[in-house]
Amino acid sequence: MSLAAHVVVQRGSLAVDVSFSVADGEVLAVLGPNGAGKSTVLRVLAGLLRPDGGEVLVDGDRVWDDADRHVPAHQRSLGMVFQDHLLFPHLSVTENVAFGLRSRGVRKAAARAEAAPWLDRVGLAGLGDRRPGELSGGQAQRAALARALVGDPRVLLLDEPLSALDARTRLAVRAELHRHLADYPGSAVLVTHDPVDAMALADRVVVVEEGRVVQAGTPAEVARRPRTDYVARLVGLVLLPGTGEGQQVALDGGGVVAVAEEAAGPVFVAVRPESVALYLDRPAGSPRNVWPLRLAAATPHGSVVRCDLTGEVPLTADVTATAFAELGLAPGADVWASVKASEVAVYTR
Amino acid sequence: MKRQRGGGVPLPLLVPAVLAVSFLVLPLVGLVVRAPWSSIGPQLVQREVGQALRLSLLSATLATGVSLVLGVPLAWVLARSRLRGRSVLRALVTVPLVLPPVVGGVALFLVLGRTGLLGRPLYEHLGVTIPFSTTAVVIAETFVAMPFLVISVEGALRAADARFEDAAATLGADRWTTFRRVTLPLVAPGIAAGAVLCWARALGEFGATITFAGNFPGTTQTMPLAVYLALQSDPDAAIALSLVLLAVSLATLLLLRGRWLGQREVTA
Repeated sequence: MSLAAHVVVQRGSLAVDVSFSVADGEVLAVLGPNGAGKSTVLRVLAGLLRPDGGEVLVDGDRVWDDADRHVPAHQRSLGMVFQDHLLFPHLSVTENVAFGLRSRGVRKAAARAEAAPWLDRVGLAGLGDRRPGELSGGQAQRAALARALVGDPRVLLLDEPLSALDARTRLAVRAELHRHLADYPGSAVLVTHDPVDAMALADRVVVVEEGRVVQAGTPAEVARRPRTDYVARLVGLVLLPGTGEGQQVALDGGGVVAVAEEAAGPVFVAVRPESVALYLDRPAGSPRNVWPLRLAAATPHGSVVRCDLTGEVPLTADVTATAFAELGLAPGADVWASVKASEVAVYTR
Repeated sequence: MKRQRGGGVPLPLLVPAVLAVSFLVLPLVGLVVRAPWSSIGPQLVQREVGQALRLSLLSATLATGVSLVLGVPLAWVLARSRLRGRSVLRALVTVPLVLPPVVGGVALFLVLGRTGLLGRPLYEHLGVTIPFSTTAVVIAETFVAMPFLVISVEGALRAADARFEDAAATLGADRWTTFRRVTLPLVAPGIAAGAVLCWARALGEFGATITFAGNFPGTTQTMPLAVYLALQSDPDAAIALSLVLLAVSLATLLLLRGRWLGQREVTA
């Protein structure tokens, strides 16, 4: 185990207390909403913020932080990529990339020589003499990545590395970042509020809300079986807590959902919006899950219209724009919603 | 549409504003108009004038140098350190800003004079006397001018993005290296502006200088002192000397223009 952290910090009214570990060559995403304490955790790992408790261990037994030891940032073997690159504006790109080597005592010429291949690797060959202000957003973030990776740090920290980029650049830089992370032999921690970044880049995800880890697992597990509303919304699911008995779940908020599998005790029911069908009249035939609901809001979402429904079982339905028009729906309308039992995921809380 | 007279400034604001401008500009216009332009050349080549000008430039530059060496670190402490009592420290530093310079001169005399707190041991053990020397001029000017530099640099440090320093720390730079290689270059324009301001203040220093250093031609008589003295005996000479100081001040303003009056530079 190459990075193990238990971080306890009080930041104003937010009490952060999270634990996780990252193996060599592994990428861990810390996913959570703004203000959840993600960046605070990253600052502790970086040594920029001294935690109030817990410990940070590297390589199994080397202490970076514990009750009586605090290794300052500049003595930690780490690289960090910030949201808005933070390249030093008064230095050239090459000098920026060589900065870490220079401050660790490498002579100027040697540092520049070592920095050059990194510029090649991130696709910035020939741009080394430019100032950061002369780079595009994507180029600057690539340079920032190179700057963080030079010197083979044990730990790589990425703080929302893609969120300052526009959509197209983000796609390209994300693909490249994925490649570099795959080659990176140390432990990487990626902080993001974008589930796509977490799914695309990480081997494991921990979801942090209000300073606590609320879910941990592989990206696929987290996407399939969200455990909080926040994650469910991120991955586009409606999450309903309830109590299972046989093939039925009595929801905590009232109402009953029929499921295909046997369920017992406290469970989550997860419904995909595209599996919800809407009707003006009670549908005839087999579906066991039929509820009379009211359309609260409808917003276009690509080629579908996302319908927020209120009533006994609050649901979200994605219907095609054509179907929405044919139904003649408007907010406030009464509709019948149905979901096949086989389309409902159920898992223990 | 017809443009409003006075550029849309309401009359109750326009009248005082015009008066204020006149009040600030007229004396300078008067100085230029009344100047004995025909005799100004000979006035300026007098030995005392050259001496005073040289001494003024030298002492103001030395005072600025001392202020930079001591003041920039102080500004960093005020802006960046987590020292307790920083607000008290800042208040202490700004006292010379509001203190009448004469009081500053008296205070310096009491500390560094031959019988002063520090002056006595200096004189008794090393035989060093500070008051009424060029050193005293530099000390008096530094005392009065350094706060301008400190306040200016502290402002620049606060405005600079401290996260660059975080980035430097994650790249293995300790705080001193970070200061030298990141912070200092980032706030260099602010330091330059502070230094110019400090230099201009030192150049015009009168009260503390005459109290602590006296008025000896060649060693402590700076331009402002020479102007004051000349006004008693030879008004034309005083006007000529004043013009020189005015020219130097305008040159200083021109140096700063790009920063304060021109469009603001975009900082990344």
